[in-house]
Amino acid sequence: MSIRVAKTGNEAVAEGMRQINPDVVAAYPITPQTEIVQIFSSFVANGKVDTEFVTVESEHSAMSATVGAASAGARAMTATSANGLALMWEIVYIAASMRLPIVMPVVNRALSGPINIHCDHSDTMGARDSGWIQIFSENAQEAYDNLLQAVRIAENKNVLLPVMVTMDGFIISHAMEVMHLLEDEKVKQWVGEYVPENPLLDVDNPVTVGPLDLYDWNMEHKRQQAEAMVQAKPVILEVARNYAKLSGREYGLFEEYMLDDAEIAIVALGSTAGTAKEVVKALRADGVKAGLLKVRVFRPFPACEIARALQGKKAVAVMDRSDSFNAVSGPVFAEVRSAMYGIENAPAIVDYIYGIGGRDVTMDHIRSVYDDLAKIAKTGQVERTLTYLGIRE
Amino acid sequence: MATLKELSNKEVLVSPGHRACAGCGFPVIIKQALLATDNPVVVGCATGCMEVCTTIYPYTAWKVPFIHNAFENSAATVSGVEAAYRSLKRRGKIDKKIDFIAFGGDGGTYDIGFQSLSGAMERGHDMLYICYDNQAYMNTGIQRSSATPRGANTTTSPAGSESYGKKQYRKNLTEVMVAHGIPYVAQSSPAMWNDLVSKVNKGLAVEGPAFMTVIQPCVLGWKYPSDQTIELARLAVDTCFWPLYEVVEGEYKLTYKPKEKKPLTDFLRKQDRFRHLFKPENEHILAELQAEVDREWAVLLAKCGEQA
Repeated sequence: MSIRVAKTGNEAVAEGMRQINPDVVAAYPITPQTEIVQIFSSFVANGKVDTEFVTVESEHSAMSATVGAASAGARAMTATSANGLALMWEIVYIAASMRLPIVMPVVNRALSGPINIHCDHSDTMGARDSGWIQIFSENAQEAYDNLLQAVRIAENKNVLLPVMVTMDGFIISHAMEVMHLLEDEKVKQWVGEYVPENPLLDVDNPVTVGPLDLYDWNMEHKRQQAEAMVQAKPVILEVARNYAKLSGREYGLFEEYMLDDAEIAIVALGSTAGTAKEVVKALRADGVKAGLLKVRVFRPFPACEIARALQGKKAVAVMDRSDSFNAVSGPVFAEVRSAMYGIENAPAIVDYIYGIGGRDVTMDHIRSVYDDLAKIAKTGQVERTLTYLGIRE
Repeated sequence: MATLKELSNKEVLVSPGHRACAGCGFPVIIKQALLATDNPVVVGCATGCMEVCTTIYPYTAWKVPFIHNAFENSAATVSGVEAAYRSLKRRGKIDKKIDFIAFGGDGGTYDIGFQSLSGAMERGHDMLYICYDNQAYMNTGIQRSSATPRGANTTTSPAGSESYGKKQYRKNLTEVMVAHGIPYVAQSSPAMWNDLVSKVNKGLAVEGPAFMTVIQPCVLGWKYPSDQTIELARLAVDTCFWPLYEVVEGEYKLTYKPKEKKPLTDFLRKQDRFRHLFKPENEHILAELQAEVDREWAVLLAKCGEQA
C-alpha cells in the first residue's frame, strides 16, 4: 500500500532522495530548489540517510564533485535551478560525455537576466542539447515518480546517461498537494544495489577517466553518446511499465488527454498541462473537440510519436515557457513543427510564448488559445505563428 | 624518510612515452610525488599540460586511477571522489586505505580553480592538492597568471617599449592556504627530491586536507636550455625566490636554508623571460625584485623562528 501524504514538490523530491539514499549528494542552495537541500541536510543530520553530503561552495563545484563521485563508483545526485544550472553548464556537458548516471532534480526558474526567481523553462531548455535526458513533471506526484524512475533509466547499461527531472518553480516546488509515496522498502528494492562500471576506486584495475580525446576518436565517442539517447527511449518506456506495476501510476513519453478525437490541441509541459486539462474539460462540456498533449520526456525527443499523435488535427498550439531568441519561435515549437514536417494531414501549428519569469497563466489565457485554434481550424488561415500570451504590448 | 636507493626500487607509477616537452619539470614532480606513499593513490588533474601530455586517448601514462574533469575543478572533482570513498567505505564496499592527490597548474590553482580549491580545503576532505607552479598559462602559450612573477615577459604581459613585462608581484598562494587553517601546507622544489617526497608523504599522512606548491621550471615558458630544469629549480630555492618550508598545524618550519643566499639575478639571468630586465633602463626593476625577495625572506625567517 502506498502512503497518502500532503507534500510540496520540494518535499516530495527530498523524500524520494531520502528513500533512494544515494552514496553521495553534492549540492548548493538556490531559490526555489533550496528546500530540497535543506530537507536532505536534516535527513543526514538525523540519520535518516547515510549519504555522504558534500556542501560545496558553488553549483560548478556541485556538478564537479558529483562527477567525481559518480566516476569513483558512487550513486551520486545533486539538485539546482536556473543560474545554478547555468554555473554548472560546462560540467553538465562533461557529465553526459562521461556517461555518468547522475540524477538531478531541477526546479525550473527563469534564467537571469533580469534576475527573477519564478518559474519559466529557460534554464532547462537551454540545457536541452547537453546530452542529459530531460523529464518534465506536471505536479509533485509526477516529480516524485519521475525521480524514482530516473535512477533506473540513468543506470540502465544501454543508457548510462544523466537525467534531469524538472518541476516548475514555486508552482509545484512550493505548493502543497495530496500525493502518494511508496514505502521505503519498496523504493530500496526498486532502485536496487548500484553496480558501477570501471569505477576509479577499483585501484587494482586502474582506469583513466576524462582523457584528451582528439579527432582520432572524438567523433566515435559523440556518436556513441547520441546512440545512448536513442536507446534511452525504449528503456524509459520499459521502466515506466515496471513502475506502473509498483505504483499503479502509468507514464509514457507524453500524455494524451482527450486527444484521440480532438480537432484542436495544445502541446504543453509542466504545471501548465494541469491548467490546460481543466480548460479541455470545460470546452468538451461545451461540445468543443479540444485535446492536450503533455510532453513528459523532452530528451530524447519523441518526434515520431508526437507527429503520429497530432496527425489529422486541424490546429495545434505549442506552449513555450521560454524564448529561444531566434526571431522565429520558442524551442518546443521548433521541435514539434520539425517533427510534423512531411507527414500527411499535418495540422496548422502556432506557438505561444507564455509564463515568462513566473507570469501567471490562467484558465482564461489557455481558453483564449483554444479560441484562436478554433478560428484557425474553421478558416484554415494562420494570421500569426507566434504570440506572446498575456503580454502588455 | 626512504633512502634514494629504496625509492629507486619502487615502481614508477607514471610511464615514459608521455608527450611532455624535453626537459619538462612536471613529470619529475609526478614521479617523486607518487613514490611518496605505499598506499594506493587516486589522482585528479586539472586541464593543462599535465593532463594533455599524459592522457591522449587511447593512451594513458598513468598506472594509477586518474580523473580529469575540467580546468577549474580539480579540487572539487577529487572532493567528490573522496566523498564517494568515505561513503563506500562506511557502507562496507571498500576496505582499502586509499590516498587522494589533486594536481593543478598555477592557472588552474591560483586563478580559475581558486574557489574550487578553497572550498575543498575548507570542507576538510582528506586529500593532498599539489600545484605544479610554472608561473604562467603554459599550455595555452605562456599567458600571465597571478603566479607569474613581476617583470616576467609573457604573451599577455609582453615586454615592450612601454612595458617591462608583468607589473604585479605574484600572489602568495601558499600563505593564502595557510590562512585556511588546514593541517598541512608546504612549498617544495623537484631539485630537492628528498624534500618533495617527504612533504608529499606528510601531506598524505595527515588527517584532512593538505596543500603544496611545487615550483616547476618550464623550458618553453621560461625560455632556457632543456637540460637546465633541475638547475633552475635549485636556483629558485638558493636565491630565496622560492623558499622551502612547511606549516604543520599552523607551525612554520624552514625545511632548507641555503648556506649562501645567492643574488636573485643568478636565477633570472638564465631565463629569457627576464632578459629585458637586464637592459639599463630596467635596472631599477631588478633592484626592486631583489628587495621584495629580501623582504619576504625576512618575514618567512621570522615566522619560522630563524635567524637571518
